[in-house]
Amino acid sequence: MYLKHALRAATALTFVATAAAHAQTITIATVNNGDMIRMQGYTDKFTEETGIDVEWVTLEENVLRQRVTTDISTKGGQFDIMTIGMYETPIWGANGWLVPLDGMSEEYDVDDLLPAMAGGLSHDGTLYAAPFYGESSMIMYRTDLMEKAGLEMPEAPTWQFIREAAAAMTDRDNDINGICLRGKAGWGEGGAFITVTGNSFGARWFDENWKPQFDQPEWKEALTFFVDMMNESGPAGYATNGFNENLSLFQQGKCGMWIDATVAASFVTNPDDSTVADKVGFALAPNSEGVDKRANWLWAWALAIPAGTQQEDAAKQFIEWATSKDYIELVAENEGWANVPPGARTSLYENPNYKDVPFANMTLESILMADPQNCCAQPTPYTGIQFVAIPEFAGIATQVSQEFSAVYAGQQTVDEALAKAQAFTAEEMEAAGY
Amino acid sequence: MARAVTTRRKSLNTILAWVIGLLIFFPILWTILTSFKTEAQAIASPPLFLNFDWTLENYAIVQERSDYMRFLWNSVIIAGGSTILGVIIAVPAAWAMAFVPSKRTKDILLWMLSTKMLPAVGVLYPIYLLFIRLGLLDTRGGLVVVLMLINLPIIVWMLYTYFREIPGEILEAARMDGATLKEEILYVLTPMAIPGIASTVLLNFILAWNEAFWTLNLTAVDAAPLTAFIASYSSPEGLFFAKLSAASTMAIAPILILGWFSQKQLVRGLTFGAVK
Repeated sequence: MYLKHALRAATALTFVATAAAHAQTITIATVNNGDMIRMQGYTDKFTEETGIDVEWVTLEENVLRQRVTTDISTKGGQFDIMTIGMYETPIWGANGWLVPLDGMSEEYDVDDLLPAMAGGLSHDGTLYAAPFYGESSMIMYRTDLMEKAGLEMPEAPTWQFIREAAAAMTDRDNDINGICLRGKAGWGEGGAFITVTGNSFGARWFDENWKPQFDQPEWKEALTFFVDMMNESGPAGYATNGFNENLSLFQQGKCGMWIDATVAASFVTNPDDSTVADKVGFALAPNSEGVDKRANWLWAWALAIPAGTQQEDAAKQFIEWATSKDYIELVAENEGWANVPPGARTSLYENPNYKDVPFANMTLESILMADPQNCCAQPTPYTGIQFVAIPEFAGIATQVSQEFSAVYAGQQTVDEALAKAQAFTAEEMEAAGY
Repeated sequence: MARAVTTRRKSLNTILAWVIGLLIFFPILWTILTSFKTEAQAIASPPLFLNFDWTLENYAIVQERSDYMRFLWNSVIIAGGSTILGVIIAVPAAWAMAFVPSKRTKDILLWMLSTKMLPAVGVLYPIYLLFIRLGLLDTRGGLVVVLMLINLPIIVWMLYTYFREIPGEILEAARMDGATLKEEILYVLTPMAIPGIASTVLLNFILAWNEAFWTLNLTAVDAAPLTAFIASYSSPEGLFFAKLSAASTMAIAPILILGWFSQKQLVRGLTFGAVK
């Protein structure tokens, strides 16, 4: 009799436990881009495998940043997984706001993550976010226009060559601009581009004592070069052009060259959207003659678990699934190798199938060349290439990029903008206690 | 002759009104047109106006990716709830200010309006922390209260303006006939101010429908309204203009229809008391 009751109770408990397992739901905040949306489409497979339901909160990048920062800093607990970048991860990791991603399974093969990515998403050697996809920046150029100009793109060109090629490819009568680059204000938009341009001219944001460096000749040279080249060969109104505006121009055949995120390569070579899909070549981002740092950045969109979540195990399970080798295989099988999330795992670039993708090698080379611990030709006290990994940076860089955009729009001179940038940055850093 | 000039002026005014109207409406029209283009057509240069292959593909994708009805329902509850609650609180407040003003009434009105000048982000953290404590994050009830508080100054101001147009003697007469305060407000004042109340309700419903700071920052899944639905299609890295336009069209469609059917009341209410 007792045994019967015990069995009944055990069965009931099993049902309850199973139902509870099936009812488990994790909430993920993420950005709206092709790879993330694709992942959402495969979420059912994860649910089938684990019984864990997934709720997505998809937001525009800047809205997402504000939203998750508010939530994590107040311990709001709205999300079990957050999509964050290389800028936030080390800062939040250091604050104890993220769950360390140690103890991942053997099959996950954490050592397969590209060292540059794993390094940029760690603090004190602990991984706090798993890279879903990574990117650097590189040159995308029109092979037909380059040929018409009688030039040949080296694999690793200098800024001086780029300026010469841009002038030769510019054809104002046919609405073709030799070069399209970001000028839009915002630390992640034009601010990121002018920072890496500065790096490639030997400039840096701060010296070893956190003193701003906008009053140094390298910044003046970089900014003057950029403005002169864009005035000669860039599109009208480039001061308001960001990634999307340049992507649109390039896809319409209105740019000879475009230097931007490596993920753009899959867009410009997609014949469904791009009118120049079969005429695109790739090269490393340029440097100024005599400077050994190139104008390429390093970024990753990564998945992290906020400390205090009630669903840590389920969240870890999802991160293992979404950033695994198997997930890459799943996407390749269904949508082709050109559509797999790039830039996160070494094994992807060893895969013979992926090597056939035209931009794969240049993407990897660009990523490997970027070193967040050693961004600049001169020593710096910070990590990060197109950003400085301190909490104050986003606010300061947004203001500085606004000053630079005003130069691009012809509203002030290079000297005026640099003087304002120097004064503002010095004031903010002093106020922050540096 | 004088009649001819008047007719000409009338025609000119009509044309001018149409031109201004079309200019104001053009961004909405362009959004609607873009929603029927492919992503490549959406960024075509020169832009394509009507000569493109119309497609419903974007609507299908948006429908497949997002649960539109859930977002819509949340928007209706949040915008409707905050408006109704706001009017319930604002009618007595506006009555007091219009019919039994004190020395400080004008100051109070100005102070109320001044709260609209505070940048919302300045109080984001305090309100977020309060919401955590009260368990109101990602709830429709919490948003109803916040949006009501945000729009309350406008509701009170609008109702105050309308109420001032109503002769106080009528209310006095009602009182002399034995009406209580509640009856005076409910059965005498409110029916007379219906056009004003209707336009206030409409305007605040639209304001609450379009509110995109608090609705994005205080919601995640359960209470996310149409503003969150649109935000999920905006991207700085990737061209999703056609899909974003389809999502925007779906988000503004209900309010456009509401505005279309109630435009008479809206105009009447907004111009109420403008000409004596």
